[in-house]
Amino acid sequence: MRVGVVRFPGSCDDVDALLAAERVGQTELLWHKDRDLHGVDAVIVPGGFSYGDYLRAGAIARFAPVMEEVVEFAAAGGLVLGICNGFQVLCEAGLLPGALLRNTSLKFVFRQVDLDVVDHDTPFTREAPDRLSIPVKHTTGRYYTPEPVRVVLRYATNHNPNGSQDDIAGVCNEAGNVFGLMPHPEHAVDPLTGSTDGLAIFESIKAHVGDLVQA
Amino acid sequence: MAAAHRGLLSRRVVMRARVLVRPKAGILDPQGQAVERALPALGFTGASQVHVGRVIELDVEDEAQLPDMCERLLVNPLIEDYEIQRL
Amino acid sequence: MSVTSSRHRELGLTDSEYELILEGLGREPRDVELAMLSLMWSEHCAYKHSKRLLRRLPTEGRHVLVGPGENAGAVDVGGGLAVAFKVESHNHPSAVEPFQGAATGVGGILRDVFAVGARPIAVLDSLRFGDVTQSARSRYLLEHAVAGIGHYGNSIGVPTVGGEIYFEPSYEQNCLINAMCVGLAPRERLIRSAAAGPGNVLVLLGALTGRDGIGGASVLASAELGEGDADKRPSVQIGDPFAEKKLLECCLELLDRGLLVSLQDLGAAGLTSSASEMASKGEVGLDIDVSSVPLREADMEPFEIMVSESQERMLCVVEPERVGAVLEVCEHWETLATPIGQVTTSGRFRILKRGEVVGDLPVGLLVDDCPLYDLEPAAPEAPLYPGTPPVLASQATPAEVLLTLLASPNLASRRPVFEQYDPVVQSRTVRRPEQADAAVLALPDGSAIAVSIDGNGRRVACEPRAGAFEVVLECAANLACVGAEPLGLTNCLNFGNPEKPHVAWQLKEAVEGLSEACESLDVPVVGGNVSLYNESPDGPILPSPVVGMVGKLPDASRAGRLGFAREGDVIALVGPFQPAHTGSELAKLQGQAPAGRLPFKDVPAILDAQEKVRSMIRSQALQNAHDIAEGGIAVALAECCLAGGLGARVALPEGLDPFGEDLGTGFVVSGDPEALGDFPVIGRVEGKRLEIDGLLDVSVDKLQSAHSGGLDALLR
Repeated sequence: MRVGVVRFPGSCDDVDALLAAERVGQTELLWHKDRDLHGVDAVIVPGGFSYGDYLRAGAIARFAPVMEEVVEFAAAGGLVLGICNGFQVLCEAGLLPGALLRNTSLKFVFRQVDLDVVDHDTPFTREAPDRLSIPVKHTTGRYYTPEPVRVVLRYATNHNPNGSQDDIAGVCNEAGNVFGLMPHPEHAVDPLTGSTDGLAIFESIKAHVGDLVQA
Repeated sequence: MAAAHRGLLSRRVVMRARVLVRPKAGILDPQGQAVERALPALGFTGASQVHVGRVIELDVEDEAQLPDMCERLLVNPLIEDYEIQRL
Repeated sequence: MSVTSSRHRELGLTDSEYELILEGLGREPRDVELAMLSLMWSEHCAYKHSKRLLRRLPTEGRHVLVGPGENAGAVDVGGGLAVAFKVESHNHPSAVEPFQGAATGVGGILRDVFAVGARPIAVLDSLRFGDVTQSARSRYLLEHAVAGIGHYGNSIGVPTVGGEIYFEPSYEQNCLINAMCVGLAPRERLIRSAAAGPGNVLVLLGALTGRDGIGGASVLASAELGEGDADKRPSVQIGDPFAEKKLLECCLELLDRGLLVSLQDLGAAGLTSSASEMASKGEVGLDIDVSSVPLREADMEPFEIMVSESQERMLCVVEPERVGAVLEVCEHWETLATPIGQVTTSGRFRILKRGEVVGDLPVGLLVDDCPLYDLEPAAPEAPLYPGTPPVLASQATPAEVLLTLLASPNLASRRPVFEQYDPVVQSRTVRRPEQADAAVLALPDGSAIAVSIDGNGRRVACEPRAGAFEVVLECAANLACVGAEPLGLTNCLNFGNPEKPHVAWQLKEAVEGLSEACESLDVPVVGGNVSLYNESPDGPILPSPVVGMVGKLPDASRAGRLGFAREGDVIALVGPFQPAHTGSELAKLQGQAPAGRLPFKDVPAILDAQEKVRSMIRSQALQNAHDIAEGGIAVALAECCLAGGLGARVALPEGLDPFGEDLGTGFVVSGDPEALGDFPVIGRVEGKRLEIDGLLDVSVDKLQSAHSGGLDALLR
């Protein structure tokens, strides 16, 4: 199973995403300028501050050459996971509905939060329990959408760190192959550094890809 | 006369534009609210309906491109409204 | 030759310094030369009043790979790895513009670390402000400095893993922003800054050069802040963490590929100080053509280009045949790279403009010939610092005292601050803020490094030598609590005007105290920083040495924790703890001025206690370890309850002052009765209340609301 992690200028948690994905398969770094996904089974658009968050978070990254490939890959049913800044990029690129706005507190927030998994029927949550403890770290994580959306994760009661609509923490597209979330599962995979609940998301991807290969 | 005519043809028309970007009405604008709260604390009364946005200024050769530039990059039409001004 | 003009005075040079310049040059200096000299001879760059004194600090140690004098010091942590680290101040710029001042302070210290070839893996910060309960200005500075630190560190992907914040009226006009960075490198990638190889090319990397900070060093850092400071605003540098992220990755790749002869960051006094220091260390000369420097503003004069403090720039020396490869790597990382000059044998620093010489100075005149001044220390005859209005009634019960202390700005939970920082990026963080007394970062081989930053003003004001000694002890104690052995230390000395005898005395005594402590603990100083002239018309700030210490522990999974862990564990008090009321937080809340002698330190017993705590944390005999700091043992016990979510029932030794302080000497630990054997047991972990026999009985919930509410209310 091969997972590609995109790196834009300014990506920070690309390294962490690579480390986490290495626990379930092989990894490939996808440089923003390359129009080549190297045949990976899943693409992660990671957290950080691509292009300095200039103009709007994710607004410039969505036009990177590699993103053209990612859009095609998604249209063909490929698995795309957008974490934090990655979620922002996917919304800007139109791969997911809605947008991320500034936290109501107006401040950056780091916090370990509890999440309710409300949709287990996705390639990213099929192996996940009902509740996950995962850290968030962002200034612009308040999810907003005027249209209906497939909600996958919600912040547990009193755990919403940013004022997002309906406590939404993660959503996917109708087909379920593109998933964006503000919390950072790649920072919850190692007992040495915190909770390991995030591993379930990577295990789910691995299980899904495994099924596809067998089918 | 001929010299002036030649001058007109050789000069490229560059327009300076300003794009005002505002948060869409109806979406919570915590920055605007924070500013609205801060003003009375400094002794300014009577300010309300405060919203905080962004200004982008640029020289363009073809002003017909501006709406497209806004829709595709400068603005997120889902959450922002915009206004183009010629300077 | 005589001193006829007064241009030099406007730039901060004394008449006698100008005489020396005239002698050294053999003529009147040209504009660009005078600007460069005024900055290189400023206190901030030349350490005129402190250099001689700093020679006292011990700098040798078996783990030291790079000692003081380079961009950052470095120690060997085993496994072929080195850890580079340094702390630096950005006090004056932050008082003028706290967001950008603090942000660029972080940016600057990050560059110092990757300039020696290490990848920044952690930031810590030590902040000091005025009384936030009284001063809206201090609240403003706190809020914006924290936002600035978060903005820069978070954006560049370096975790902020620890720090400290203190509030004292003394810092009202002179806030202190000290930023520390820790970096990791394979030993072979460490690089020095000496320029070498005549004919080699000087390449400028990074951002465009603009008018940021022109005159910053001499204007701000070498003079006391006065009335008209709003117009110093344009001098403040603006930081761009995105540019620095690209610059960082670019530099590390250039080093990995062995493409550089030397590397130096551009900080205070910009190109002038970087280039001249590179030349001085390498005993070479340099030619720089300012017309090749890429500019943000078209019409800059040579002197402006030479002293600009535009951020996110580095200078490197490259062999001519490698310049092409360097430019390619820089292009990949979208980092501007421009050859601007070359190394020569002349021993002179020449500034050219389109080939024409506009400045020509001996390198030595810039770097080595600045006069050093001896301090004239004299102990103050009268107390320097007043008490503050009491906030505690004299009849307050011990329970009320404890709750007031826990809610006080110096002791309350810093969660509202550290939640604005990302502590986990890069996936190394084993202990986050409030989980343990030091930050712990995992290394690839399963071991870990621990880092703490500690300072003190109040107790150093009481007795500078003993107070500074305590600061080092406390820092080492914090490392012991997670099981780490100290490897090296960096320090920032924040003091008032050293030309005043009582401040000179404070400085001299504090340096002596720091040195004695380093010698006792066998911990060398590998680098540091001095910030002087922190004074206002009301007088000098509290003398505030800040120490950052890095240590190592063999097993990351056994790093110690702060909180009580299990019902039934016994609690012990370890160490020659001799608490006293003098200089304590309680004394301050009662309105007492900082004055009086601090408790005597039994060094062998302290070392023994630290070693015991360290080894018992490593062997997992202890469930928690927490050093007793401000607020005394009562506060320390409360903090252990709060971190663990468990109560305790304790009886203190006869006569022990529950709120008295003796920093760096006492630990609260818990564990199995058998494991704790020899230690004096004082109680047990149990229930949901903190009961100290004969003194107080408070629910953990009540402790929690006092502790968590303290700073929150002030930051809204």
